[in-house]
Amino acid sequence: MLRITRAHWQAIIDHAVAEATKPAEACGLLAGELGDIDVKAVYPCGNAAPAEKQDMLYELDSHDYLKADRDAQANGWEIIGVYHSHTHTEALPSPTDIAQAPDPSWHYIVASTRLPTPVVRSFTIVDGEVAEEPLVLERPPAK
Amino acid sequence: MPVEVRLPTVLRQHAAGQSSVKANGSTIGEVFEDLVRQFPLLSGQVITEDGALHKFVNVYRNDDDVRFLDKLATPVADDDVVTILPAVAGG
Repeated sequence: MLRITRAHWQAIIDHAVAEATKPAEACGLLAGELGDIDVKAVYPCGNAAPAEKQDMLYELDSHDYLKADRDAQANGWEIIGVYHSHTHTEALPSPTDIAQAPDPSWHYIVASTRLPTPVVRSFTIVDGEVAEEPLVLERPPAK
Repeated sequence: MPVEVRLPTVLRQHAAGQSSVKANGSTIGEVFEDLVRQFPLLSGQVITEDGALHKFVNVYRNDDDVRFLDKLATPVADDDVVTILPAVAGG
């Protein structure tokens, strides 16, 4: 299970919808405490894939990743997952996503903008095995 | 001269669970050779059998991706921080 605030969930959708107009895949990173289910930060990142392939591929910009990693570390978090969008296909990890999944402990959010209403789902990918996990929306705690 | 090498979560299991280790060398390549001497399980995780940087990792000297510098020949000095992160890509 992965728990995310409505604001972070909306940030992922807004990024995916904005990139879909190009059309290009949006991508970014999720931070939280290791082993915890809460997303504490969402870091939108650039897509460094060749421009003509960005509607089908993403390569997370390496310098954006370094900045996100440093910000997460400064807050006592780790990068615990990645999100990206599909402009023309369902919100399911593609064979490429599965083959290139970098970390078995990560959460993999896929947002699809194929339909007018975006669909956001979360998965784990361990040794090539994909399992969907509940993505729970939560409001931030009252102050 | 030792530099700090920061490891991503996925590689820490190969380095006794540590997120940051010290290694010696005057280039990125030498630092990785020392890293593998200390932690043999890291062999093959960062450098290919042909001695090149694996395409599925990003390596930084301080703020710079070494692919845009001199790759494994990139020089390092005392107090530099070398960061290894996964290269994240998909379709």
